[in-house]
Amino acid sequence: MTVTVLLFASYAEKLGKSSIPLELAHGATVGDVLTSLQRLPGASRLPTEPLVAVNERYARRDHVLASGDEVAIIPPVAGG
Amino acid sequence: MMRTAIVERPIDPAALVAEVSGVTNGATLLFVGTVRETNDGRDVSGMDYTAYRGMAERELADIVGEASSRFDTSDIVVEHRLGTLGLGEASVAIAVAHPHRGRAYEANRYIIEELKKRVPIWKLEHYLDGTREWVAADGSKRAPQGEAAVLNDERRAEP
Repeated sequence: MTVTVLLFASYAEKLGKSSIPLELAHGATVGDVLTSLQRLPGASRLPTEPLVAVNERYARRDHVLASGDEVAIIPPVAGG
Repeated sequence: MMRTAIVERPIDPAALVAEVSGVTNGATLLFVGTVRETNDGRDVSGMDYTAYRGMAERELADIVGEASSRFDTSDIVVEHRLGTLGLGEASVAIAVAHPHRGRAYEANRYIIEELKKRVPIWKLEHYLDGTREWVAADGSKRAPQGEAAVLNDERRAEP
């Protein structure tokens, strides 16, 4: 199955892109996405346990993904 | 009137006050967040705000819904601006009205504190010396590597 990984702000700069399609095995979790991301160039500059949102809601590392999910890696927020 | 918006135009705080005011309310509170000229001892020239827009809109609406039920008022209007802002420009405005001042203060404070913790908005600070930095969650410069993990643990502890 395929999910779309979204990167923002400092994380998008570190990896040089803002969106990455990722092919995963059925039943894959947020944790599996983070493991896959660590293999990409520039990913060593991301924290190992970043905040993650699935389909625009904060999600835990053990959240099981479905095909087509939007997985956002959220840098420390700084609104206001 | 309860309304939230992520906007890309200047915020008119007086318009927000007008939206929440009414004869049933004895107290109207307005918070306006503006771009400050120094941060961490450095001279700031401006700020770029970006967001994960769909989530930011939803999260902001959730926070205002929570404030409405906790503090018993449906007269709340919040706008957060994105894009390039100069010194002194408003990045966020929160207007809350309530029959009594205590709850209006509490609701307004709740909204800005939760917004700063949860709404996925980021700011890139520009300095007079030509450099730029992503501002971290605590308002200082770029976060150390461990910071996101700490935030993550806090998030997990919440229902």
